[in-house]
Amino acid sequence: MHTNNAILTWQRSEKKLGSEFHMSHKTRDQLRDEAGKILADLLNRKDPLKPKDRLAIPSQDMPAQDAVQRRSNMNEVALGFSAEQAQVEALRCIQCRNAPCVKGCPVRIDIPGFVHAAAEGDFKKSIDIIKASSLLPSVCGRVCPQEAQCQLECTVGKTLKDVDKAVGIGRIERFVADLERESGAASLPFIKPETGKKVAVVGSGPAGITAAADIRREGHAVTVFEAFHKPGGVMVYGIPEFRLPKKIVEAEANALKAMGVELVTNFVVGRTRKLKDLIDKDGFDAIFIGSGAGLPKFLNIPGEDFAGVLSANEFLTRSNLMKAYDREKADTPIINARKVAVLGGGNVAMDSARTAVRLGADEVHLVYRRTEAEMPARVEEVQHAKEEGVIFHLLQNAKRILGNDAHQVIGMECLKYELGEPDDSGRRRPVVIAGSEFVIDVDAVIVAIGNESNPLLKQTTPDLDTNKWGNIIADENGSTSLDRVYAGGDIVLGAATVILAMGQGRTAAAAINELLAQPHSVDPLVVASSTCLTGKVLL
Amino acid sequence: MNRIINKAKLSEEVYMIRVEAPLIAQERRPGQFVILQLDSDFGERIPLTIADADSVEGSITLIFQVVGKTTHKLADLEEGEIIENLVGPLGKPTDIAKFGTVVCVGGGIGVAPLHPIAQGMKRAGNYLVTILGARQRDLVILEDRMKAVSDELIVCTDDGSYGRKALVTEPLKELCERATAPNLVVAIGPPIMMKFCAETTRPYGIHTVVSLNAIMMDGTGMCGGCRVTVGGKAMFTCVDGPEFDGHLVDFDGFMKRLGAYRKQEEDAHEQCHLDMAAQRKEAGQ
Repeated sequence: MHTNNAILTWQRSEKKLGSEFHMSHKTRDQLRDEAGKILADLLNRKDPLKPKDRLAIPSQDMPAQDAVQRRSNMNEVALGFSAEQAQVEALRCIQCRNAPCVKGCPVRIDIPGFVHAAAEGDFKKSIDIIKASSLLPSVCGRVCPQEAQCQLECTVGKTLKDVDKAVGIGRIERFVADLERESGAASLPFIKPETGKKVAVVGSGPAGITAAADIRREGHAVTVFEAFHKPGGVMVYGIPEFRLPKKIVEAEANALKAMGVELVTNFVVGRTRKLKDLIDKDGFDAIFIGSGAGLPKFLNIPGEDFAGVLSANEFLTRSNLMKAYDREKADTPIINARKVAVLGGGNVAMDSARTAVRLGADEVHLVYRRTEAEMPARVEEVQHAKEEGVIFHLLQNAKRILGNDAHQVIGMECLKYELGEPDDSGRRRPVVIAGSEFVIDVDAVIVAIGNESNPLLKQTTPDLDTNKWGNIIADENGSTSLDRVYAGGDIVLGAATVILAMGQGRTAAAAINELLAQPHSVDPLVVASSTCLTGKVLL
Repeated sequence: MNRIINKAKLSEEVYMIRVEAPLIAQERRPGQFVILQLDSDFGERIPLTIADADSVEGSITLIFQVVGKTTHKLADLEEGEIIENLVGPLGKPTDIAKFGTVVCVGGGIGVAPLHPIAQGMKRAGNYLVTILGARQRDLVILEDRMKAVSDELIVCTDDGSYGRKALVTEPLKELCERATAPNLVVAIGPPIMMKFCAETTRPYGIHTVVSLNAIMMDGTGMCGGCRVTVGGKAMFTCVDGPEFDGHLVDFDGFMKRLGAYRKQEEDAHEQCHLDMAAQRKEAGQ
C-alpha cells in the first residue's frame, strides 16, 4: 500500500517535472544566446518600449546545473543569469508608478530603480541602488522567497496572471551583486569618524552582519561575537553549498572586517561572558542580539531517540559547516543511509532532502502533512528537489519511528491526512484520517519541522524578557527589557527568513545609532573603570 | 590564545594538558565543559570536560583519553602549539551547596570532570567521600589531587592491581548503608558505571547526579545531537545538562545513541594510525 502511494507521488512529480524541466535543460550558453538575440532586437527598435512590448518579452529561465549530474556534487545548482539575460529580464519591468514590489520587500529596496538601471545595462548603478538598502544582495538574490515577497506583488506577474511570470527581481539582484563581487570592485561604504563608542553584536548571521555594518558606518567600534568557529550563522551551518556557496558568505564577512568590524569566533555570549558583563565590565555602550533560533523541534513521537533520527540542524551542520560531505577529508562523520525520510515542507526540509541525495542515499522521501500549495519552501527549491528525484509524500506525517534492538531505524509508521478548516496561519489544517497507518521502509529520519528559541541567553540573563515560546521580546525598534540591549532576527521572530532578519538588524541598528548619538549617553565612570578585556585577549 | 602550556602523559592512553584560555578560566564553574577543534575546515568538534582552571595564570586543564582521531591528534600536539578552536565554558554549572555528606564517584577518565566538583563541594563545607575506580592501577588518575580535597578516599580497580578489587558500586553501597548515609552522590564515568551507581543508590532514595558525555557539535542547543531522555522527556545535554538526575536518565537509550557513528569513528581512527605510520616512515627515510 505504502509503496503504491510513494510511486504515485513520484509519478506525479515526474510528470510535473516534464514540462518545467525542458525549459531549464537549456544550457547557460543557449539561454545567453537567445537573450542576446532578444536584446539586440529590443535595442534596435526606434520607438521606446511600451508596456505592451515589455509584457511580450519572454521571462528568462535560470540556467541550472544538469539534474542528474548535480545529484552527486555539492556545486551550486542555479548558475545565475548572463548579462544578456539580466538586461532582458530587467526590460520586462514596466516601471509602474505605485511600485508594489517595494512594499513586498522587508528592507524596502528601491526595486524599480535598480531594475531600471539593469535594463539600461548600467549594472554598477544597479548594485549601488540595492546596497543603499541591503548589505547581502548576493545572498538574498539566492535565498529570499521572492515569489512570496516582491515578485508576489509585481504588476507584470499580475497582468500575466502568473506569479512565475513576474519580473525576476531576485535573479537580477543576484546577477548585479555577483558581477560586482567577482570583479573585485566592491566599494567599501563610507565610515564616519570614530566616535569612541563601542557596540557588541551577538551572532554573525544575517541580522548580526547587517546591524554590525550599519552601526559601524556611524563611526562606532563594533565587535561581533560568534559561537561557532566560522562567521555567517545559518548561512554557513544551515544553507548548503549547492544553494549558497560558502565563498560568498566569506566575502561578506571579509567586507565587514574591511570596514573595521572585529569578528570574534568561538565566543558564546552568556557563557564565555555574561551578556550584562559586556556592558558593566567590558565597556560596551550597547548590544544587539541576533543569535538566531537554533533549538530544533522534534515531534515527540515514539522512536525519536533512536540513533538514526536527527534534526535537520544537526544533519545540515555536519554536512555544511563541518564539511562531512567530503568523506575523505572531513573528520566529522555523517549518516550513511540507504533510504532517508525527511519530515517537513520548508526550505530546511528541501535542503536536507537534497543533501541526503548528494550524500548517496538510494531513496529520499519528503514527508509533509499538508499539500504542496501550503509548503513554505521556495518554489525553486521544491522544483529542484523533485528534479533530483526526491519522492514527495504529501498529506502524510510520521506517527512513530520503528527500530531494532540496537536502536537503529528500520522504518517509519505514517498516517494520512486531509485538509480541513483554515487554522491560525490561514492555511487549511491537516486532519488525520483514522486507520490510515502505513509503513515506509527507511533507515534514517531527518526532522525538519522548525526551531524553538535557544534558551542559552535566557538561562544566563534572567532579566531578559522572553515570550511563552522563549523568543526575546523586542519592540518595533528592537529594544528589549534590558537597557541598551536590542534584539532582532530569529531570536525575536522565531524561525523566519534571511531578509526578515536583515530588516530587523537594520531597524535595531538605527535605534542603537540614535541612542549613541545622544549626548551623555554613557556613564564616564563605567567606561573609565572597565577593563578592555575582550579587546586585549581576543585580538 | 589556546596555546598548550604544559603536557603530561598520565597513563598509556590518558593525557593532561594545560591550555592558555583566560576567559574560560575566569568564567568556568565546576561541571562545565569546552568544545575544541584542531582544524577549522575539516576537523571535528569534540566536547571535553574541564578538569581544573587557574584564573590567575589564565589557563584551563583538560584531561582526555585517546579514543579516536581527534584525541589522537590532540595527544600529538606539543607544548607551545595552538589548539585552533576552543570554546566554552559550556553547559550548566554543578549545583554546589552544603548538602552534608557528599560522595563523589569517578570512573576512569571521569575523575577529570569530578575534580572541580569535589573541590567545590569540599569548599562548601561538605563531608566528602571520594571513590575512584579504574580498570587497572596505571589508569587511576588524579589520586593525589582528589585525596587533597576528600575526607575519605577509596580506590578500587577491576583487576585488584591497586586498592580494593571491586567495582565502584560496592563501596558506594556500603556508604549508603552507613548510619549517616550520604545526602548526595555525584557519579561521573563511563555510562554503564553511572547507570549502576544510580541503580545502587535508588533503593536508598539518595539523590544521584550524573554527567553525560553525549555526542555534540555546537554545544549551544542548536543541533540536538546530544539529546537524551530524562524522566520521559527529551533533554539536550549541552544546554539542559550535562548533569542530570541519574535516577531519571534512560541510560540504555543514551548508550545506543553514543554508538551512532562508532563504525565511522573506528575507521577514521584506524586510518589516522596508518597515516601517522606512513608519515613516520617517510620522515625516517
